[in-house]
Amino acid sequence: MLELTPLIPALPLAGSALIACFGGRLPGQGSYPAIATLAAGWLIALGILGQTLAHGAHPPHWERSIVWAPTGDTVLRMGLALDGLGLAMLLVVTTVSLLVHIYSVGYMHGDPRYPRFFSFLQLFSASMLMLVLADNLLLLYISWELVGLSSYLLIGFWFQKPEAMRAAKKAFIVTRLGDIGLFLGLLTLFNAVGSVAFQDIFAAVDAQLATTTVSFALPLIGKVVWPLAAVAAILIFFGAMGKSAQFPLHVWLPDAMEGPTPVSALIHAATMVAAGVYLVARMYPVFHYTDHGSLALTFVAGVGAVTALMAATIGLVMNDIKRVLAYSTVSQLGYMMMGLGVGGYTAGMFHLFTHAFFKAGLFLGSGSVIHGTGTQDIREMGGLARRMPQTYWTFVLATAALAGIFPFAGFWSKDEILLDAWLNMRWVFYVGLAGGVLTAFYMGRLVIKTFLGEPRQPDIHAHESPAVMTTPLWILGFLSITAGLINTPWNPVFHHYVSFAQAEAPPFSLAIAAAGTAAAILGLAGALAVYRWELVSASTLRRMFRPLYVLFSNKWYVDEILYALLVKPLFSVCRAAFAFDRWIVDGLVNLVGWTGLVLSRIQGWLDRWVVDGLVNAVGYAVRGAGWLLTRLQTGLAQTNVLLAFAGLVALVWLLVYR
Amino acid sequence: MERWILTVITFWPLVVLAGVLCIPGRLERFIKWFSIVGSLPPLALSVWLWMDYSGQAGMRYVMKAPWISAIGVDYHVGADGLSVPMFFLTALLTTLSLIYSLNITVRVKEYFALFLLLQTGMFGVFASLDYFLFYVFWEISLVPMYFLIGIWGGPRREYAAIKFFLYTLVGSVCMLLAILALYFATGAETFDMLRIAEQQPFAGRGVVQSLVFWALFLGFAIKVPVWPFHTWLPDAHVEAPTAGSVILAGVLLKMGCYGFLRILLPTLPEVSAQYSLWIGVLALISIVYGAFVAMAQMDFKKLIAYSSVNHMGYVMLGIAAASSLTAADLTDRATALNGAMLQMFSHGVITGALFLLVGVIYERAHTRDLREFGGLGAVMSRYSVALWASCFASLGLPGMSGFVAEFFVFRGAFPAYLLLTCLATIGLVVTAAYLLWTIQRVLLGPTNERWAKLPDMDAREVVSVLPLMILMVLFGVYPKPILDILNGFARQLAALFGAG
Repeated sequence: MLELTPLIPALPLAGSALIACFGGRLPGQGSYPAIATLAAGWLIALGILGQTLAHGAHPPHWERSIVWAPTGDTVLRMGLALDGLGLAMLLVVTTVSLLVHIYSVGYMHGDPRYPRFFSFLQLFSASMLMLVLADNLLLLYISWELVGLSSYLLIGFWFQKPEAMRAAKKAFIVTRLGDIGLFLGLLTLFNAVGSVAFQDIFAAVDAQLATTTVSFALPLIGKVVWPLAAVAAILIFFGAMGKSAQFPLHVWLPDAMEGPTPVSALIHAATMVAAGVYLVARMYPVFHYTDHGSLALTFVAGVGAVTALMAATIGLVMNDIKRVLAYSTVSQLGYMMMGLGVGGYTAGMFHLFTHAFFKAGLFLGSGSVIHGTGTQDIREMGGLARRMPQTYWTFVLATAALAGIFPFAGFWSKDEILLDAWLNMRWVFYVGLAGGVLTAFYMGRLVIKTFLGEPRQPDIHAHESPAVMTTPLWILGFLSITAGLINTPWNPVFHHYVSFAQAEAPPFSLAIAAAGTAAAILGLAGALAVYRWELVSASTLRRMFRPLYVLFSNKWYVDEILYALLVKPLFSVCRAAFAFDRWIVDGLVNLVGWTGLVLSRIQGWLDRWVVDGLVNAVGYAVRGAGWLLTRLQTGLAQTNVLLAFAGLVALVWLLVYR
Repeated sequence: MERWILTVITFWPLVVLAGVLCIPGRLERFIKWFSIVGSLPPLALSVWLWMDYSGQAGMRYVMKAPWISAIGVDYHVGADGLSVPMFFLTALLTTLSLIYSLNITVRVKEYFALFLLLQTGMFGVFASLDYFLFYVFWEISLVPMYFLIGIWGGPRREYAAIKFFLYTLVGSVCMLLAILALYFATGAETFDMLRIAEQQPFAGRGVVQSLVFWALFLGFAIKVPVWPFHTWLPDAHVEAPTAGSVILAGVLLKMGCYGFLRILLPTLPEVSAQYSLWIGVLALISIVYGAFVAMAQMDFKKLIAYSSVNHMGYVMLGIAAASSLTAADLTDRATALNGAMLQMFSHGVITGALFLLVGVIYERAHTRDLREFGGLGAVMSRYSVALWASCFASLGLPGMSGFVAEFFVFRGAFPAYLLLTCLATIGLVVTAAYLLWTIQRVLLGPTNERWAKLPDMDAREVVSVLPLMILMVLFGVYPKPILDILNGFARQLAALFGAG
């Protein structure tokens, strides 16, 4: 079964090319072969899981590589590898991708560029699967950029919409900004270790990367001396911040909601945005270069905490159903980073695992709502529970999972993060708890305003979506309940597959679990109190907390700040550089040319009046002399005699007196 | 066969040219197809050369015969890992340019004749191992391009042609002086590049050495072009006919880089190492500044022209890193060189495609102003795929050949010039920004009514772009076939600069 691993990314890649070339002529306009490739990948992944489970739940070890590029005295190899972490990611990606492919058959029905949509979706799946199977950092980086490309293509799928095309461009450029960090981190490690293979890099951590120090100056902090591993890890983390939408590079993700909703579910909720979390987990030996107080992990935890809290506060006040979910995704990605940052390797990855299912469920649910109502604004919805019962119930299941209600999936994973935070970094625990309250509150608000109460917009005639869309919803709803059960305190299967350095799971704490659940219930109760029972009206709250409301609804002004700090200066610099190029650099060239021209004019003048003038002067002189001489040639005898006599006098004078 | 192959490749276009001259000028279609078919044998031979050379190192296919024995000039040609890909690139781009030029209607016979002459000049530059021969071919390649711009160019063609000609001529004169200095300093009455490089006539002679270095530098840097000698490039490109731009960017610029790698570094390694930081700084400026200025362009063709300044900066960064004074080891230097040479090749392919695509849109819309386009993606689907792919290749998307080249340059330059390398990454972001913005302005958004009826790319245009697209993907996914050729040369040259 393991030997079939390369097929998992290869099949969708082939599918993508096939659909791009023959799209319309394939069965189901290309959607059936696309679904088949992922179904095959999903079955292979399940087969591998089954085999390893049958042999005592030991994670698989498999790798294959080829010579990719000889350079100097070394050879760069490219290959695929599969371990427990990779297997967990494979299961997530193939499952969600398969469901989203099926759902899209209904959602994208009738779109004029239907085959192209599936071609892009296949390209994304192939790159994402390659990303999780890469056996070296370079291939990971290549796949990383390719998922970025597919994300760009899919956000901008409806490219005639100006918002969509701008969002696509923004997503690509903002993530690329982070990728520069990853690129430099890759170069740092490649240069220090002499190889990009994960094995070689990890083998060098203790002996080399953790002990070599580099000193450099940081703005605001001053001169610092850090281990090379910390520098490399933080550089790599910048890449993760871009892709996983961490503060302040999160700004692209909410805008990315301009893409078709299945894309938001697959790429911008479940898989690609989680790639940053996966990257940190994959490179964990470098991040965790020391057992006590890794700078890099503290940084990860800090960024994650800020992101989790900030995005949750914005989620409270958004009115676009997809944007609420987008900020929720940003916040949950922050949670995962927090988990990894406090040393909860398994916890962070486990949250990625469960989150993928329930958040994909929520997004597909929102897609169903949009499909049924034709609007994304929750202020125009209300009372949809009766019109779209299947969507409603699956949405509620996923919401419970996201809020972290026992025993739904999110409860188990969030609890593990809180537990690790409590044990290792107390302040992160409180941030996590506060985030839990906010999460439950905004999700409660979303469900109430969308599905409950009376319809607020009478001309919207909502209808339930077809079975091809609701079936994936039910499957994801089911996973929202059960996905957490694979890593319960009494049966930690997930932990067997995904753990760092065979660490034991920390013992379950009832107090922590109770605190987490209390936070969730508090948030939900608050939402019910405001939006369902209307004990306090939302507008009163808005008035009471006016400054906060303004801050949150303006998304903390991060977009504006980045625009003022980066985009605007960029354009000014570009214009200035062009002016410099035209007037100074080219001006000098033209000046030299012009000087040459002027010099040649002067030379021409000199040539004509001085050089040639001299020549002419000689000519005139000769002519003048000749004319004078002709005056002498009078032909009269007396003149000749007179001249001869004058000559004689002169001669005598010369002879006598000299 | 081996001895003759380079001679056949180089002079074959002249044979075709003679044929073209014999055809009456009114048989325009016949002239066009005769030239296209005539350009195929060198292409086939250059592919054979590639296959045959793969995995080897050192100079091969050498042919040497006395030419002007009074001053020691030989007819001396040969090829190695540096020049083999250049032969292929030259042959391929010429054939594709000729195919694209099927739509030329003005003075057809002269146009195709000049193109064939140009091809001989370019082949000759890459084949020559004798300075005299090299110089002759260098100048031969200049003249047809001057006429191509000056006769078939845009509205400001005369200004652009003269600027191009004079600017490069200044460079060649400097180069000629340096060549003479080398010739006299060697004292062996030879113009043999390899022998002069072996003898290193200026080793240890400070001032003279520097003078010769900067003279050669100027000659090649103008051609590359390195900032601040680049301003002829946008003018020449904007005014040149499409196929002229393709050859100019695809091959003529590479002659400058080729000069650095074939002549400057091997012949004056000592002083090259000494000044490598300066070259690195100029390279950095070319990269970042080229990207910034490209972003400010509203003319599609000028934007691509400035992107060439940006991309050739990576080649120069690789060259600077390979010759740096620092304790970089052989693999680092060789990697920088591999990156530089790969960038030469892939820039030829990618920018060649981009100029063809600019030509396609210009011939339909009769404007290149980016502000006037929009929404063409819905009108011209084949065109949009091609432009999309080429722009992404140009911005260094992994999986395309430009990425491998840039990665190797950065990898090679990282230990030598850490700060320069880090700053150069600014260029990566800005390049992505301006190319995506270009895609947006041309292809995306609501369709402008003016362009709603533009026809998609026809067979001629597809045939001339498609091979380039295949190549950019091929070497991006699997660069081993080209690195098998380049690496031998890279290691040999890197060894000259010490192993740490």
